[in-house]
Amino acid sequence: MAVEKTQSNTQKFTATNVIIGIILVVGAILTILRFTKGLGAVTNLDNNNPWGIWIGFDLLCGVALAAGGYVTSAACYVFGLKRYHSAVRPAILTAFLGYALVVFALHYDVGRPWRLPYPIFVSQGTSSLLFEVGLCVFLYLTVLFIEFTPAAFEWLGLKKIRQIVVKLTLVLTIFGVVLSTLHQSSLGALFMIAPSKLHPLWYSGYLPVYFFISSMFAGMSMVIFESTLAHRYLSHKMDHAHHEESHGVAFGFAKAASFIMMGYLAIKIVGLSIDNNWNYLATGWGLWFLIELVGFVAFPAILFAMGFREKNLMFVRIAAVLTVLGIVLNRLNISIIAFNYHLPSADRYFPSLMEIGTSVFIVTIGIVVYRFVATRMPVLYEHPDYKTH
Amino acid sequence: MAISRRKFIGCIGAAALGNATGALGKAYGASNKHFKGYPDSFGVLHDITKCIGCRKCESACNAVNDLPEPRVPFDDLSVLDTRRRTDADVFTVVNRFQHEPYVFAKKQCNHCLEPACASACFVKAFTKTKQGAVIYDESLCVGCRYCMVACPFDVPAYEYHKALTPRVTKCTMCYPRLLEGKLPGCVEACPKNALVFGKRDELLKYAWKRIYAYPDQYTDHVYGEHEMGGTSWLYISGVSFSEVGMREDLGITSAPELTAGPLSAVPIVVGLWPVLLTGMYAISKRKDRIAQEEKAAAVAETIALSQEETQNKLDALREKMTREKTAAINFEVKKALEEAEKEAQETADQEQKPEPEAGSDSGESIEEDK
Repeated sequence: MAVEKTQSNTQKFTATNVIIGIILVVGAILTILRFTKGLGAVTNLDNNNPWGIWIGFDLLCGVALAAGGYVTSAACYVFGLKRYHSAVRPAILTAFLGYALVVFALHYDVGRPWRLPYPIFVSQGTSSLLFEVGLCVFLYLTVLFIEFTPAAFEWLGLKKIRQIVVKLTLVLTIFGVVLSTLHQSSLGALFMIAPSKLHPLWYSGYLPVYFFISSMFAGMSMVIFESTLAHRYLSHKMDHAHHEESHGVAFGFAKAASFIMMGYLAIKIVGLSIDNNWNYLATGWGLWFLIELVGFVAFPAILFAMGFREKNLMFVRIAAVLTVLGIVLNRLNISIIAFNYHLPSADRYFPSLMEIGTSVFIVTIGIVVYRFVATRMPVLYEHPDYKTH
Repeated sequence: MAISRRKFIGCIGAAALGNATGALGKAYGASNKHFKGYPDSFGVLHDITKCIGCRKCESACNAVNDLPEPRVPFDDLSVLDTRRRTDADVFTVVNRFQHEPYVFAKKQCNHCLEPACASACFVKAFTKTKQGAVIYDESLCVGCRYCMVACPFDVPAYEYHKALTPRVTKCTMCYPRLLEGKLPGCVEACPKNALVFGKRDELLKYAWKRIYAYPDQYTDHVYGEHEMGGTSWLYISGVSFSEVGMREDLGITSAPELTAGPLSAVPIVVGLWPVLLTGMYAISKRKDRIAQEEKAAAVAETIALSQEETQNKLDALREKMTREKTAAINFEVKKALEEAEKEAQETADQEQKPEPEAGSDSGESIEEDK
């Protein structure tokens, strides 16, 4: 089913393309503003609120939602679940793009982006969890890049190099899981340094564990969600195996995600009990906390389980979207909403339109690049010359 | 000039790196060491009861640090009507608090013994010097602002309006002046002795002496003695510290200790995960192989069994067929003989008269055949 020629040449000015074009132009303007007038001109950040949605959404959510890469490749290559094989490539591609965009977004947020290699090559602040995050993201981005190269090599017809990289699959996968464990958890641990600023319902000694565990079901839900989108828009690019296996992948991940989310709920309750924070549940913050935990973890977990039992793909897809939203909510709660909860409302942060615009711009770049790659390289189908079975 | 706590927390990270690169590092994950600050390091004691809110310290700070002219001149006390914090070009502020009579308190970097900013910085742009000052190296800073997230006192500020060279700014305890043997600008300028410079240990003793000597004037607390592991800047006050905008819920755990746990988990993960994951892989691989072998064995057995069965069936069938064939042959032979006999009889009957002997002869031979 590898259709080599795209039919899109005839219709370049579709509504989608026009919207994408507008977003890219606006993004370019915002980029110029950011690098000529500074963060102050574009963002609502201030001395009390040094991190906004470029960290809370672009970095924290970006990394969590790109977890599909390590989850899927580990399921297929380490745990030997071969039926996930057709899902590995799209997951690796989205993970690679996700991480690349995270790093790209960081260039907007940090003051002197050309110094981003400093923590690794110039002055290593090893006492900082951000150092660990930086090092792991740098290494993992490299791993993801190498993991994705076989698709590009197949596209370019470089058989020998492809063969070498394919042989490294297991080592790369294990390295990827180690690095993911470390930086996914460290992103949560970043906030452990500020117990006086983060609301007690979200602050916990288990923050790194919460971030790591939630990244697993975030990744799985994202794989299901992306596959839903890909089926709608890139169906003609998929081969028989991908079509055959994708429902199995969705149901398999639904079942796994349901279990992990239940475990996550359990450890959240453990954290609540250990710090004895039950009394906060009766407050407004408590309600918000419960909305996050019940509405966006417990409910989708049950929906996943039901979807799996009744083989109802719609349930699974709805649950996946809810879970993804829940992850976004959780990361925003920790980095922005429940952070600096003690400050008077006048001193609280709310993103500016230009900040939101930049984030939309960056997500759009991701979609455009994904579409470019998936319509050209063997991602959703196996290259006929390199069939595995 | 790194401090020991930071150094050993750093070692944990280094151990992680070491593991990754194959080198060996020392990890002191679970130490119960308590860092009490560099011996003979300096500090400042702020006696809040003596502060009159004249803003002379702010003015001096502005001058010695070559900061830009303020929007509101320092002798204009109307700024006290609003609550202020440190800013990119304001390293210290005096705030007035509603109390009878008014209470004034100065705010600036507290120069933690184990600074959160320094522990949080991923390029080591902050250093706690032996003199007690926490200083910042602009040449390393990436501008990630994690130090501002980490600081429990909300002190570091950022030059948000510089496009390409923004710095994090904060009070340096006038470190350059300390090296020259001078007092910090604010201390030198204070007309009421609300700021006392000295060795931290001695200031601490002096602070407690004041509290014991005038128990009616002071609350029973030296702020900064233990807060966040202790700070070089110390405070004594007549009203509770939360009333003068200082948080009393910070706890006594230093910032590096707060993140020591997750950092010490790094080398464990780096060491264990590859083993566990390779094990998982081996188990799943082995399971696959065993399943395959079992399948092959089962198939072979089934084939053998069915072959044997077929053979048996075939044999039985062959035997049966042979028997039936023999029976059929015998039957046919018998039938043929009977027919022949009958025929012979008939012929005999016909030829009875002319040849009677021949008939009896053939009849005898049939009897023998049977």
